[in-house]
Amino acid sequence: MKRSERLTRFIITAALFGVVALPLALWAQTPLIHASVAESGGWSPDVLRAKVGEPLHLRFTSDDVVHGFAIGQMDMQPVEIEPGKVSETILNFDKPGIYTFFCTRWCGLNHWRMRGTIEVTGGTDDPQPASAPLYVTLGLDLDAPHPAEAVPVETPSARRGMELLRLITNQPTYQSPDYYRSHSPSQVFQDLSASGLTDSQRWDLVAAIWAQNTTLEALAEGQQVYAQNCAACHGETGGGDGVFADDLAVAGEASMQAMSGSMEMSMQAPADFSDPQRMYGASPALLYGKILRGGMGTGMPMWGSIFTNEQIWNVTAYLYSFQFDYSK
Amino acid sequence: MELTRFAPIKNLLKNRYPQLALFVLMLAGFVFAILAGFIGTPVGSHNFSIVFVWIAWWAILIMVAVPFFGRGWCAVCPIPVVGDWLQRGAVLEPAAKTPKWLNLRVPAKFRNMWMQNIAFTLVALFSSVILTIPIVTSVVLAAMLFLAIGLSMVFERRAFCRYLCPVGGFIGLYAQAAPIELRIKDKRVCAQCVGKPCYNGSELGSGCPWDVFPGGLTKNTYCGLCMECIRTCPHDNIAVNLRPFSADLAKPSVRLDEAFKAFIMLGAALIYAYVLMGANGAIKLVAYSVFTPAWFTYAGVFLAVIFILLPGLYWLFVKAGNLNQALSGKYFAIASTPLIPLGLMFWVAFSLSFVLTNASYILAALSDPFGWGWNLFGTASIPWQPVLSSLIPPAQTLALVGGLAWAARVAQKTASQINISSASVIAYCLALTSLMLWLLL
Repeated sequence: MKRSERLTRFIITAALFGVVALPLALWAQTPLIHASVAESGGWSPDVLRAKVGEPLHLRFTSDDVVHGFAIGQMDMQPVEIEPGKVSETILNFDKPGIYTFFCTRWCGLNHWRMRGTIEVTGGTDDPQPASAPLYVTLGLDLDAPHPAEAVPVETPSARRGMELLRLITNQPTYQSPDYYRSHSPSQVFQDLSASGLTDSQRWDLVAAIWAQNTTLEALAEGQQVYAQNCAACHGETGGGDGVFADDLAVAGEASMQAMSGSMEMSMQAPADFSDPQRMYGASPALLYGKILRGGMGTGMPMWGSIFTNEQIWNVTAYLYSFQFDYSK
Repeated sequence: MELTRFAPIKNLLKNRYPQLALFVLMLAGFVFAILAGFIGTPVGSHNFSIVFVWIAWWAILIMVAVPFFGRGWCAVCPIPVVGDWLQRGAVLEPAAKTPKWLNLRVPAKFRNMWMQNIAFTLVALFSSVILTIPIVTSVVLAAMLFLAIGLSMVFERRAFCRYLCPVGGFIGLYAQAAPIELRIKDKRVCAQCVGKPCYNGSELGSGCPWDVFPGGLTKNTYCGLCMECIRTCPHDNIAVNLRPFSADLAKPSVRLDEAFKAFIMLGAALIYAYVLMGANGAIKLVAYSVFTPAWFTYAGVFLAVIFILLPGLYWLFVKAGNLNQALSGKYFAIASTPLIPLGLMFWVAFSLSFVLTNASYILAALSDPFGWGWNLFGTASIPWQPVLSSLIPPAQTLALVGGLAWAARVAQKTASQINISSASVIAYCLALTSLMLWLLL
């Protein structure tokens, strides 16, 4: 073999080897978190690890549509993740624990299931034992039907109820947060049966009690959280007719079960918060529990690892605005 | 005008190293594109494989290489080169006298353009997926590479390029319209040449990889411009010439496989203009949803348009204008010659819109070929922006109307050769051009 032939073969082999080997080597050293719609796998990887006090540098890319990254219960600006581009963020954790990260953009039918966890270890703080949520303490069965025994004829008015509330100031029980959270409006209505008030007045009083246990700011936050996270299925006006509701009804179970690691699902239509039977029969603790725990295989995701306690109570208070006239 | 009269050009073409350097560069780019599809971002608009193959390469191929250089791309195409080297057992040296592999001759029934027609049609049917999903592009490119290698092991010469390459078929068809050709200078020299080294090879180079005897070359369709014959000819009897556009079309082909290639290309351009460039989102989704019942319907319509509707209509048009003329397969093939420039300009017009619309992705992908957040040349963050968008409609109109005029001129010349009226051929071209204008504008 001539020297020129040998040299040419070497150059070609080296060039082709370089073209393949160099990107592969760089690929191995370029860890990216890939985001894709939940039906295509969601986050990859979906379990990250970090240490308290050590910055966690994350680089994201989207494999399909625009996604967002945020960590549940953490006050942070979501990271925008565009298709084919790389976004970065640096996170610092001061407490150990398991943090849930989630997609903040309506990316697809099962957007709500696009989640992952960051396991943070180290630090000197002992993990605080979690206290049982109220619905557990009260022994509520979240999945049992809870129809209201009575519903109002017209929309109860908190403003009218406030005037009546002044008249029954000798009964502070009605105004305590514990009482409010553990009773459904229908139960409170029944409790007021001996008050001598008309049905309409008693419903106004119930509305006033609900209004007293929240604030305009809390309702505003509840509305914002609802609009960002709930309205796609439950609808802007709470009617269970969000933009994804119909598609989920058609493709929900199949699409959910196509996701890796999914459990057996039985798709249910999103709850209708404009239904008086449903809402007047539900206590705040019950609604809180449903939001915190999720629907357990019904299509309703669990929000306990995403929303703070305060946010869940605020959303709960906001849900009753589909029944009450909260204006004071 | 003979370009090889100029010593620098002749030396450049005779010397093996410039072409080899281009081969290696192209092969490296090709392998890189395959790799990018497998390990880069699955987002097509930010992946080197999609951006460089279907935007950059396609733009150069259909708007520059084919119209002006004919099979110029085939001269540097990386797909067959590995098979070539393995077949010869060498990179620089000619093949050994004893073949290293099976070295079979391609069976006669496959020595035509039908396999290329089928290959192109298959790619076209799946184009919505191939053109948008990097890993699918990579699988197709890798399949072509390995098919070319495999066929080189079994058959003699470049069986893949000549009989199977889905791109090579239409390049060959449209190369007839290009203003460049490789031809012999003097037939008598070839006739008297002993051993025919241009076809059989010599110590100076391989016998024609494209299975063409240069002495009989009359059109560009099957000459891959590999320049081996220039290197092997002991009589300096091979020339590369500049010539008028569409010179080969003055000697129309009588082959139906070539005629159908013209219909396939016309039909594919029309369907792409509607499906890929149109505003109908539902049909795009159908074309994308391969193997679904809706896609099978789309595929059926696609096949019916290119294999039945367009040829059938053409036959009716030509027959209507020539009622007393028997229109056999041979005459039909000759009569379809004007569709070659028409189809070429359809593709130029179609490509103008998507290439200019998506050209800005090229700079971004150059800096970040895998979508990993690199910024090699500082252009990674260039946002998507259509280029020269105001010029697209007039340029497309010019291309289509120019193509119609070109086809009409060819029709007049062809019709006189087979004694038919060119009016009905021109009417058919006018109807299709109007449809294409409506679809694109």
